Amino acid sequence: KIERSERERGRKMGIRFILMVNKQGQTRLAQYYEWLTLEERRALEGEIVRKCLARNDQQQCSFVEHRNYKIVYRRYASLFFMVGVDDDENELAILEFIHLLVETMDKHFGNVCELDIMFHLEKAHFMLEEMVMNGCIVETSKANILSPIQLMDKAH
Amino acid sequence: MNSIFSGTRLRDMIRSIRACKTAAEERGVVRKECADIRASINENDPHDRHRNLAKLMFIHMLGYPTHFGQMECLKLIASPGFPEKRIGYLGLMLLLDERQEVLMLVTNSLKQDLNHTNQYVVGLALCALGNICSAEMARDLAPEVERLIQFRDPNIRKKAALCSTRIVRKVPDLAENFINAASSLLKEKHHGVLITGVQLCYELCTINDEALEYFRKKCTEGLIKTLRDITNSAYQPEYDVAGITDPFLHIRLLKLLRVLGHGDADASDLMTDILAQVATKTESNKNAGNAVLYECVETIMAIEDTSSLRVLAINILGRFLSNRDNNIRYVALNMLMKAIAFDDQAVQRHRVTILECVKDPDASIRKRALELVSLLVNENNVKQLTKELIDYLEISDEDFKEDLSAKICSIVEKFSPEKIWYIDQMLKVLSEAGKFVKDDVWHALIVVISNASELHGYTVRALYKAVLTYSEQETLVRVAIWCIGEYGDLLVNNVGMLGIEDPITVTESDAVDVVEDAITRHNSDMTTKAMALVALLKLSSRFPSISERIKDIIVKQKGSLLLEMQQRAIEFNSIVDRHKNIRWSSLVERMPVLDEATFNVRRAGSLPASVSTMAKPSVSIPNGVAAAPLVDLLDLGSDDIMAAPSSSGADFLQDLLGVDLGSSSAQSGATPGPKAGADLLMDILSIGTPSPAQNNTSSIDLLSTAGINNNPSNALDTLSSPAPPHIATTASAGGMFDLLDGLSPSPSKEATNGPAYPPIVAYESSTLKIEFTFSKPSGNPQETNVQATFINLSPNTFTDFIFQAAVPKFLQLHLDPASSNTLPASGNITQNLRVTNSQHGKKSLVMRMRIGYKLNGKDVLEEGQINNFPRGL
Repeated sequence: KIERSERERGRKMGIRFILMVNKQGQTRLAQYYEWLTLEERRALEGEIVRKCLARNDQQQCSFVEHRNYKIVYRRYASLFFMVGVDDDENELAILEFIHLLVETMDKHFGNVCELDIMFHLEKAHFMLEEMVMNGCIVETSKANILSPIQLMDKAH
Repeated sequence: MNSIFSGTRLRDMIRSIRACKTAAEERGVVRKECADIRASINENDPHDRHRNLAKLMFIHMLGYPTHFGQMECLKLIASPGFPEKRIGYLGLMLLLDERQEVLMLVTNSLKQDLNHTNQYVVGLALCALGNICSAEMARDLAPEVERLIQFRDPNIRKKAALCSTRIVRKVPDLAENFINAASSLLKEKHHGVLITGVQLCYELCTINDEALEYFRKKCTEGLIKTLRDITNSAYQPEYDVAGITDPFLHIRLLKLLRVLGHGDADASDLMTDILAQVATKTESNKNAGNAVLYECVETIMAIEDTSSLRVLAINILGRFLSNRDNNIRYVALNMLMKAIAFDDQAVQRHRVTILECVKDPDASIRKRALELVSLLVNENNVKQLTKELIDYLEISDEDFKEDLSAKICSIVEKFSPEKIWYIDQMLKVLSEAGKFVKDDVWHALIVVISNASELHGYTVRALYKAVLTYSEQETLVRVAIWCIGEYGDLLVNNVGMLGIEDPITVTESDAVDVVEDAITRHNSDMTTKAMALVALLKLSSRFPSISERIKDIIVKQKGSLLLEMQQRAIEFNSIVDRHKNIRWSSLVERMPVLDEATFNVRRAGSLPASVSTMAKPSVSIPNGVAAAPLVDLLDLGSDDIMAAPSSSGADFLQDLLGVDLGSSSAQSGATPGPKAGADLLMDILSIGTPSPAQNNTSSIDLLSTAGINNNPSNALDTLSSPAPPHIATTASAGGMFDLLDGLSPSPSKEATNGPAYPPIVAYESSTLKIEFTFSKPSGNPQETNVQATFINLSPNTFTDFIFQAAVPKFLQLHLDPASSNTLPASGNITQNLRVTNSQHGKKSLVMRMRIGYKLNGKDVLEEGQINNFPRGL
């Protein structure tokens, strides 16, 4: 087996997808940073959701290995936030990222819930756009993330 | 809360979808909505566009096709208003991908928007480009992006930086253009620009050696200062997470330092102080702090040796491992796997804790811990660790038993100090988790048992005892009945007792009971029943006193619904019946000792290339291929000769086994004619059976499912041993080689080329299979000629087929042109590779490969790593 060098590892892309799923297992938001066909996505989402939702015990860790992804997930009320990353990504940092995402949405929607995301799907995507590009984190300041969105709201 | 598309229709649609009780109902609503959207698109009213697209995004998220809306995205992007552009770009990123030709149409709009006077429009274009650009677009638009890295507004600079990471990844040649711009970003204060700038540098380092050298020389100190500044910075509410200032930036910086320090002692030296500071000063009671510590540990382990730091890193991992938080324990296990590489002893100290983690209620922790334990095993601790694992196997969850037993088997096989220990452990595993054990594992066990002649008696008695208790474990039953069939006389006569054994009394009838039980149990599968039938035939000779009873059991199988069982029962019955005298002949003697070396080579060759990127040694074998070792195991000796002439049979077999036997039929010229071979056998056995040619098809079927011989006369041959010498002498050398290696695409060629290496299946997906055959040119042991055969398994033609391969530094690779770049359905093309191994004899070949082709006009990319090359190439 080749020992993968540090440099080769860099070829990976970090965050590969972000999912928000309610506790019935319905997808509420899906953003992929790599191309999967519709069928692949449906299958993948189904498998991941089944795996994660089965781990309801609070004591269990927030990481699940699935195919060649690692899923980092965290539950907020009725909503699961799931982030698919490469094997080498810092899992704890992704957990922190999920929290930042939720805080950002909270700040905008005020105690964000499933319906906010459903009825303002495009806005949730705009926030994600400001936070992640091509699988990498762009911005970590909530104010900076939200300012273009608030600007648009004011314009209308 | 007001949305730019609060047009009631979008909300209405979402509400009606939410109200759906069943999936069918939802499909109905979506179908109707899609029809409306299509109609609306045809009317071409620009005011409906953004609402249509917002709906399509929702429908797309639910997993329904939305391709008909792709052109709408382009129209929205081309429109002048910002809200339209924004939703258009979002749709572009969600609904399209870089493989679609529609995307080319957007290049021009992107170019205009990158030069737009409104910086928010520029931001949109950068974001879209960064997420989906193709190599072609990257080339076209790189100059714009390069310029934007120096834009006045930091929010544009950060997006331009990340956009550049995609561009250089798509077109590595462009990397040089970005080196200077990237290094200027490292001096910024804005966190967004810094984090993206660091990411760009990281990316450049991974694709360009000059960039790596440049950043190492010019930026290491600056990066260390930046890290120190944010580590020591005063409280910044905007970036503070649990007392750490911007942990995300910390982590990015540590990652980049890791690449710069790896392989460079000077750079590593420079960063020692700051790493020590981060490792000792970071608060570890919150997740954010632990995330930084975790990254810091990884960097310490990757940079050049600074032993005091490593002690620090190992201590942090030790603390993590004893943490109550499962997340922290998980990452500790993960990182300890990397730590083994440089400090095995330090990790061994935590062995007890790690073993406890194997028993954790959390499946993710168990899995990591099990991987780690298998790396910790060595000759000294194998017995103790195996005992712990097997003890746990008895009480573990059912769904964990498969992984656990596979790991135990591989540990036992690899480190077993003596045969009796190996057999004992395997018996325990089969008893506890026999139904999860893969075929190659119990095949290997039989091969070992066959070779341990002094343990035959001990083994058959131990198996007999085990099978009485664990009769539901299929693979245990198989091994047991095989052994009882072969060594039944040792069982009843207590031959070869070892000092450690308690004497048991087993009558001939008791032994037959076990076999009868296996053959009559309704849930025994075909293989087990077939093996039981063969065992009965053998026992009829070992236990003449109860041969009538055995005959009765065999006769009952005449009524089997399985044609093969029926036929064998008739034949075996006739042997027992009409040829009582041959019972004492060689026909039902013990099998000759199975050749361990051949089996191991065959087994290694049939392992599939591990394509997965996770570090897990693959033990799974595709069902079909697994039949191959079994064929060998049952000593099919001459059966390839018999199968070869019937090309339709061979094709069938090829289908079933998923291996290419095509050429073995072409080889038939080198082997004795079918008729002669059959006659020979029939002569020897002096029984009349139907002509083998008629039976090929049905019997080949059996080969794959049951592993019995694929020909009636061969079935007898299986039982007769040693193999009839006639066959061996009449078969030419090439033919014999063919026998041993029936799965090779071109065995005769190898046979003439000095030491032969078995061909491998280098890669297999649902559409494509790659086989490698090897030959060594005389005079240079370092060099290997590899002939790659690409086989299209799909019903479609692949065009623009290209195979690319990469090898580690100690190898050199030369690729000849392929025989064609078009791969017709079910057809194949070949390509020659020449590999020079500068570490010949020390390291085995490994290769990463990538295959690209067009299927129905769409680009397809498959990748994999090949590490199942035969040893010694």
